[in-house]
Amino acid sequence: MLEGIKKIFGGSKDEGAPKVEEKVEAAPETPVETAPAEETKAASAKPRIGYIHLSGCTGDAMSLTENYDILSTVLTEMVDIVYGQTLVDLWIHGTYAEEMPEMDLCLIEGSVCLQDEHSVHELLEARKKSGLICAFGSCAMTGCFTTFARGGQQAQPKHESFAPISSLVKVDCALPGCPVAPEMIAKTVVALCNGDMEYLQPAIDKAACNAGCGCDVLTGIIRQGLCSGCGTCALACPTRAMGFTEGRPSCDRDRCIKCGTCYTMCPRAWLPIKRIKEDTGL
Amino acid sequence: MVLGTYKEAISARSTDSKILDVSQDGGIVSALLCYALDEGIIEGAVVAGTPDEDWRPIPTVVTSSDEVIAAAGTKYSMSPTLAALKEATRQYGLEKLGVVATPCQVQGLRKAQAYPFSRFVADKIKLIVGIYCMENFPMASLDTFATAKLGFDSLTDATKMDIGKGKFWLTKDGEDTGLAIKETHGYEQAGCNICMDYVAEWADVSTGSVGSPDGWSTVLTRTDDGETVFKAAVDAGLIETKPMDEVKPGLGLLEKLAKGKKDKNGKEREKRAQMGLPLPVEY
Ligand SMILES: Cc1cc2nc3c(=O)[nH]c(=O)nc-3n(C[C@H](O)[C@H](O)[C@H](O)COP(=O)(O)OP(=O)(O)OC[C@H]3O[C@@H](n4cnc5c(N)ncnc54)[C@H](O)[C@@H]3O)c2cc1C
Ligand code: SF4
Ligand code: SF4
Ligand code: SF4
Repeated sequence: MLEGIKKIFGGSKDEGAPKVEEKVEAAPETPVETAPAEETKAASAKPRIGYIHLSGCTGDAMSLTENYDILSTVLTEMVDIVYGQTLVDLWIHGTYAEEMPEMDLCLIEGSVCLQDEHSVHELLEARKKSGLICAFGSCAMTGCFTTFARGGQQAQPKHESFAPISSLVKVDCALPGCPVAPEMIAKTVVALCNGDMEYLQPAIDKAACNAGCGCDVLTGIIRQGLCSGCGTCALACPTRAMGFTEGRPSCDRDRCIKCGTCYTMCPRAWLPIKRIKEDTGL
Repeated sequence: MVLGTYKEAISARSTDSKILDVSQDGGIVSALLCYALDEGIIEGAVVAGTPDEDWRPIPTVVTSSDEVIAAAGTKYSMSPTLAALKEATRQYGLEKLGVVATPCQVQGLRKAQAYPFSRFVADKIKLIVGIYCMENFPMASLDTFATAKLGFDSLTDATKMDIGKGKFWLTKDGEDTGLAIKETHGYEQAGCNICMDYVAEWADVSTGSVGSPDGWSTVLTRTDDGETVFKAAVDAGLIETKPMDEVKPGLGLLEKLAKGKKDKNGKEREKRAQMGLPLPVEY
């Protein structure tokens, strides 16, 4: 089954049957980057996954479900979804979950509203209960368009500060995107199931990054003398905020939603050389 | 492996006079795109045109041979070609795309395929034709070459632009005027100074002029897809070939220039590292 998934999405080239027990590598109790190999420990057969929906638009969850061709397999055979309001109708502030269960991986969509006690509590609980926390989508990672919130609206006029989740808890990996691209989710799932930490490394390194903005390419690439004018950042931008002037990206700040995808996709920010060589055989 | 991984190195030229009349070198880029379009291997491609004929490259989506040919010829300035992939997939709704890409652009494309953070774009790329590239120039540098250094009234007076035989050439009224390459040094964009790839090492098929006689191109087939398209275009009579070891100056020159670029820019990278400046993080 997994082979099929790998074929569709071209994940790890690692041959041989998936070793389910090894998947828990994705759920060490301490952060992965310290020593992934040693942290591996035996646990339940399937990774226990949670999905927490904070202040986001559900776009990331929808992107997840767009992987319908692999989703049923993932949900029934590869993981246990143990917590989540939308996916399994479990929420600690509702009536159905007294307590948050232990999770190997908790995906968190949306930024955290500092004035919303439920959101803050749920996020802090999730940190206690989860092996790994993934900022799933740009709102969780950078605040994205919720950055523009200023409060004063119904039904809660006081709700005005929507922060990246890394401002309250330690995040282990981050997947930017507004929303996260379905293919990126699929590739990440396959990598997780294979314990392919190499593929996940960029997402791990980006865990604490909350600087998403079109001007990142100015400060991080052009100002460093690294820009080649290739155009990848404009390809990346979901709102077409990124235009070009004199061979250089130029961000229309009225359109920019602060998702961070442009900088993430820039080949002069980081380049997955090893993976590209494996994928292309070159 | 100073030329990257490749299957075959061949000297080649388009057999279509319509292409050769306007192409930079052997017209291999245009011939391959036209063939791939005709055969339905791709439904469209993104290229660098210059609709106002002022040498300013403009990313352009093309869906016919005529449009491919209209965009032929090298513009020696940065074209954010990959930006047009958005237009090609979203407005045009194209499912199978070709891209003409400099080495740095090939890197952007391959990264987008390996880490598809932008939804449903990278999966539509079916053919990457890479072009060799030593460096690229801001438009203002090209203006300087034309006016201050070669005495043209304006860059737009030039009907052809080329780099070869140690010179930067502009053609006006059928006459070629050359500027020694060392006169162009310091006018290239800074980003090129850390670029280690001369021959588009990750393209499906790469091509450029160096190594082959005037009017011919040196082709490196790399992936299975690239080899298949190139061979099929040869079999269809659209491209003629000569063995690389029968042409002058030959592959040795290409290897020499590729190595020269790696050495020079490798030093620049070291210098940056010593100064504490960042380089692209490599995984
Ligand atoms: C900046 C630059 C530097 C180069 N340096 C070298 C070199 O050092 N040695 C060498 O052998 N070859 C070099 N080339 C490649 C060479 O000039 C020709 O483009 C190549 O040989 C293809 O010629 P052709 O006749 O097959 O293509 P044609 O049929 O003429 O088609 C050329 C294609 O290139 C595309 N194009 C034009 N300008 C650009 C641009 N700025 N960016 C991206 N795509 C573009 C056009 O859209 C067109 O599709 C360079 C090209 C560029 C753009
Ligand atoms: S993706 Fe990076 S290198 Fe390419 S144009 Fe944008 S900022 Fe420059
Ligand atoms: S410019 Fe575009 S891709 Fe970059 S942060 Fe803004 S909206 Fe996102
Ligand atoms: S030298 Fe490198 S960075 Fe500069 S345009 Fe050519 S491929 Fe791009």
